[in-house]
Amino acid sequence: MFEEMIGKQSIPVKNRVEHGSVKAFSNAIGDPSPIYTDEEVGKRSRYGKNLAPPTYPRVFDYGVIEDFNLPNVGLIHGKQTFQYNRPLLVGETVMCSTILEDYYERKGQSGLLGFLILKRFGKESDGDIIFTEEQVVIITEAVRKGMTS
Amino acid sequence: MNTVNEFNIGTPLEVTLSPVSRLDLIKYAGASGDFNPIHTIDEEASKAGLPGIIAHGMWTIGNLAKLFTPYYQEVFLKEYSVAFKGMVFLGDVITLQASLESIKNDKYRFNVLAMNQRNEVVVKGDAILESF
Repeated sequence: MFEEMIGKQSIPVKNRVEHGSVKAFSNAIGDPSPIYTDEEVGKRSRYGKNLAPPTYPRVFDYGVIEDFNLPNVGLIHGKQTFQYNRPLLVGETVMCSTILEDYYERKGQSGLLGFLILKRFGKESDGDIIFTEEQVVIITEAVRKGMTS
Repeated sequence: MNTVNEFNIGTPLEVTLSPVSRLDLIKYAGASGDFNPIHTIDEEASKAGLPGIIAHGMWTIGNLAKLFTPYYQEVFLKEYSVAFKGMVFLGDVITLQASLESIKNDKYRFNVLAMNQRNEVVVKGDAILESF
């Protein structure tokens, strides 16, 4: 059911890395470092700005892949990868998009497991990539059957 | 801020968190926008067949990455790749570890992991820090 969606992507969405949001996020992961939150420390840093924590891109809107719907429950987050070309900076604008990179099925103990490989991109407005994210989401046979019935 | 000269093969960076609380997960839900109720509401967790609410995987790996934050004047996190091996429940005491594996061309490669109070690994992966 997901095979025909492989390669489909979202229309990029413009996101802004906001100071208040970065502060709330860094607090929520127990990492309220001044490098993220203190503007004076940010000004003195290499980029002249505060950084966002490396897992901050969870916050962004990546747009929707048309006709690609996942249930709210029954998914297993299997793997997560971030690749950065440079740190993400507070105050910058990021163009975010997502693509269903691959889908395959493997036999598991509880039937046929589906593996969704979702990629996400964060780019500068001129198209240079800041970060790439890859998620492996596992979906069980029971959940897949529930979706089609 | 700390310096990368402190990095030593065989001396892991390590921190143990306070027991996971519901408020930790409510805060993460709010800050991240991930409102999947299996992370915050007991009834929804049990409907999903779970023994209780579970932490967002991204909460755990967000915490794990903070081991590197003190070094971000000299390096940045170039790659961070983890597999989720087990669930984290309320009250679990999570220990986070990063062990330096190699230094090559200004790149510091670490093995990272998170484990619970029973020494069960819940997250395992690697991270590469790159010098500016």
